Amino acid sequence: MNSSTTIASILLAAILTNNMVLSKFLGICPFLGVSKKTNTAFSMSVAVTLVMVVATAVTWPIYNYILAPDYTYLETIVFILVIAAIVQLIEIFLKRYIKPIYNALGIYLPLITTNCAVLGITMLNITNELNFIQSLFNALGAGLGFMLAMLLFSGVRERLETADVPEFMKGLPVTLVAAALVSLSFLGFAGIGG
Amino acid sequence: MKNNKYSGYFTNGIVKENPVLRLVLGTCPTLAVTTAAINGIGMGLSATLVLVCSNLVISLLRNVIPDKVRIPAFITIIAGFVSVVQMLVKAFLPSIDKALGIYLPLIVVNCIILARAEMFASKNSVLPSVLDGLGMGVGFTAVLTLMGAIRELLGAGTIFSLPVTANFISPMIIFLLPPGGFFVFGMLVAASNAIAKKNGKKAVMHLGCESCPSKEICGKAECVKEEEAGVNE
Repeated sequence: MNSSTTIASILLAAILTNNMVLSKFLGICPFLGVSKKTNTAFSMSVAVTLVMVVATAVTWPIYNYILAPDYTYLETIVFILVIAAIVQLIEIFLKRYIKPIYNALGIYLPLITTNCAVLGITMLNITNELNFIQSLFNALGAGLGFMLAMLLFSGVRERLETADVPEFMKGLPVTLVAAALVSLSFLGFAGIGG
Repeated sequence: MKNNKYSGYFTNGIVKENPVLRLVLGTCPTLAVTTAAINGIGMGLSATLVLVCSNLVISLLRNVIPDKVRIPAFITIIAGFVSVVQMLVKAFLPSIDKALGIYLPLIVVNCIILARAEMFASKNSVLPSVLDGLGMGVGFTAVLTLMGAIRELLGAGTIFSLPVTANFISPMIIFLLPPGGFFVFGMLVAASNAIAKKNGKKAVMHLGCESCPSKEICGKAECVKEEEAGVNE
């Protein structure tokens, strides 16, 4: 009972209260860059979620059984290399065995290596001292939260396309102001899942 | 003449190709840490140090690193310097370390650094690469500090923790929260676009695809199409 409620609250917190994009500012590049169409936004977020969970499953044991307690200063360099390797492996695996998924997600995978949301979530799991199961759910929640933000924002951007925007605000500025409003609405979730 | 050329490498990153406002790279730290001017300086200088060192080493190794594995090699070099900076900040500036938190190690995935490694340092000799890194770093620091100062002034009524309006206007805390970050950054880009237009340059419409290290991969996605559609003459 107790552990299932913590897991539920971790999931909720990761999706809503501590949303990766809108409150932690991780993964802003894909959020602003790939959110123009709902389809691409969805594929990108599925790829990010997948990599986040797999990366957490690999980096958590590495940190806690190999690096801790003496070599924690190697966290940054080890994590980024492990993530780069995992992304490559996932790409090769999908290409070889699950072709349809590769066709849908393949082009987004290389971009994810340098996505700060993935490195960010693996490090946050360590900083917050979550255990292995909690970390996995935190990563899953963060991925779903990323997806939620991307999908909501792609809807907003489709409306922006036809909006009459003042000349100096066109393009990136108005996109950022729209993101501010979406992020403002997420502030309403503060306190949920604490 | 030669002097001009070298100062050009340096000033390029401060105004003409400012990494944040013109190339729109490194948006994550720009939005995340600028809740106070001092954090902007801390983040900016840490990134500058990494940028200069990694540009230096990568330009030295540019003929040694095989083309196919250049991105992993760059990332490893950058991650090494980030760890060094992380340890230095933790040892000598613990308050900055606390304020920057997870964003300090995340310098490793800051697109500015990888982009300059890929676009500049891997193609140029040592001195121009170092100057380029320094210029880009100064440009990054300047924008981060400016943005930190604006958010701190509006959100807390202080600049560098010194009270400015705090005593007679009640501060708007929203500017310290995430929405304020997006909003202030949007306004800064709008202002920089307006200035660029006045000088006959193109306004920045979308994220900086031209300078993105992953643009060839991304070209298959939406990025390039958006760029073409969005160019505003």
